[in-house]
Amino acid sequence: MSGVDTGDTAWMLTATALVILMTPALGLFYAGLVREKNTLNTFMMSIAALAVATVTWAAVGYSFAFDEGNGIIGGFGHAFLHDVTFTPRDGTTIPHLVFFAFQASFCIITTALVSGAVVERMRFGAYLAFIALWSVLVYGVLAHWSFGGGWLQENGMLDFAGGVPVEMGSGFSALAAALVVRARKDYGRQALLPHNAVYVVLGAGLLWFGWFGFNGGSGFSTGNASVLAFTNTLLAPASTLVVWFVLDAIRGRKVTAIGAATAIIVGCVLITPAGGFVSPGWAMLLGGLGALPSYAVIVLRPRSRVDETLDVLAAHGVAGFTGILFVGFFAQKAWNGLSDGILYGNADQLLWQGLGALTAPLYAFGMTFLLLKLLGLAMPLRVTESQEAIGLDVIQHGEEAYASGEGAILIRPEEDDGRVKVPVANPI
Amino acid sequence: MKLVIGIVRPEKTNDVLEALFRCEVRGVSMSRVQGHGGELDRVETYRGTTVQMGLEDKMRFEIAVSDEFVDPTITALCEGARTGEVGDGKIFVLPLERAVRIRTGEMDHDAVTPVGA
Repeated sequence: MSGVDTGDTAWMLTATALVILMTPALGLFYAGLVREKNTLNTFMMSIAALAVATVTWAAVGYSFAFDEGNGIIGGFGHAFLHDVTFTPRDGTTIPHLVFFAFQASFCIITTALVSGAVVERMRFGAYLAFIALWSVLVYGVLAHWSFGGGWLQENGMLDFAGGVPVEMGSGFSALAAALVVRARKDYGRQALLPHNAVYVVLGAGLLWFGWFGFNGGSGFSTGNASVLAFTNTLLAPASTLVVWFVLDAIRGRKVTAIGAATAIIVGCVLITPAGGFVSPGWAMLLGGLGALPSYAVIVLRPRSRVDETLDVLAAHGVAGFTGILFVGFFAQKAWNGLSDGILYGNADQLLWQGLGALTAPLYAFGMTFLLLKLLGLAMPLRVTESQEAIGLDVIQHGEEAYASGEGAILIRPEEDDGRVKVPVANPI
Repeated sequence: MKLVIGIVRPEKTNDVLEALFRCEVRGVSMSRVQGHGGELDRVETYRGTTVQMGLEDKMRFEIAVSDEFVDPTITALCEGARTGEVGDGKIFVLPLERAVRIRTGEMDHDAVTPVGA
């Protein structure tokens, strides 16, 4: 096939699989952070993104993001994978199909990220409807701005692997979702603690692993940009971890495991927009310095009345914002071959980075707010208070994460007529 | 001196504790138990296996109190644990023969009355 590079293609197939792993990893990370009775529901919100966002992406999402259209949104030219074949997409050396799959994995993980704002209370059905719309109308549009030839990219804004659509897109949408769906009934009244810190740390570790495909694949080749982004994905989160340890130690005199897991995510997010654009040294500075604003938001947010439950805003929105701006200062043509930041004499770069950092949050927040408000008119977004008390695993899925089986009675399919088989005391 | 045993829904644990502390009852033990109290059985499905979960998770409070605290304790348990649905739980009050506060060696009435009450 003309123009296809086998080495690039091999790496991009691998990178796509790595990014796909990030979604179950995120499910694990989120599941550990909620209460025991909501473990499966929380996990299922990520799995649901694998289902729904993939289908919507194939239907129209990819087309809205990557078809030529106007500066704001793409057209319908690639709807249902039309013209997505073995021929490389312009400007790449990999088959268009691989490019499509790689971008799909981005849409999936980003969609799953937003669920962190509404866990432990949102109805599963309403969530499915929400992410079907969100993956197209928020992610698809923002991806067009940054990656698909939209107005930010056309004007030279640098966003290596998705500071705009992925990180700020999910983070500020999460804030809107938390405001519309409102707080859990126990929020601010009871201590709502993570039920399994090991899931959290393991989930974060797997996310980092997947992130090497996420950033390392965003050069769409095995070229310099990918290699630089790959190594920066090692350096920046490590620096964030070190700084986070120090911040934790200063604040509480102890270095916490869940704090470390959070630091890994924040570090990966920070380097996402900057991966292939800044030198390894600056990447380490970004990882270290960028920890501060996210840490501050994580400390302050629970004191507010906004139950943005799993701090998607702090970890993704704020860190994505920091990363995008950082590129405006420290991008280096000597390393990326494209453009310098203001530190190397190019003030325009900072201007466009700033514009991206302002408009993406506004669009994500506004559109998500509107989507959920409209959806709320069509169906209830939340389970009832008593269902919330029992937990969403049993209520929404009819399963428990840690079923003991004690006292469970087997119902044989042939005798399952829906009636209760054991004598139970008359409840009246 | 009585031992008050309250078996309540796990999701009402915090409400019960709050209600108990509000009426100055401070000596409480609790444990997770499983039981069946007449509520309709929950049906769960794991792959092809459908089961009826006969036992529900409950919280069991054990509260040893001097006589003047028995009624407030019962009131607090009821207030904290009631939802109005079947499965809210039960309260049992048992006579208590002896009680010793290990730290001070105080016996019986003094041992089960909160310090300062």
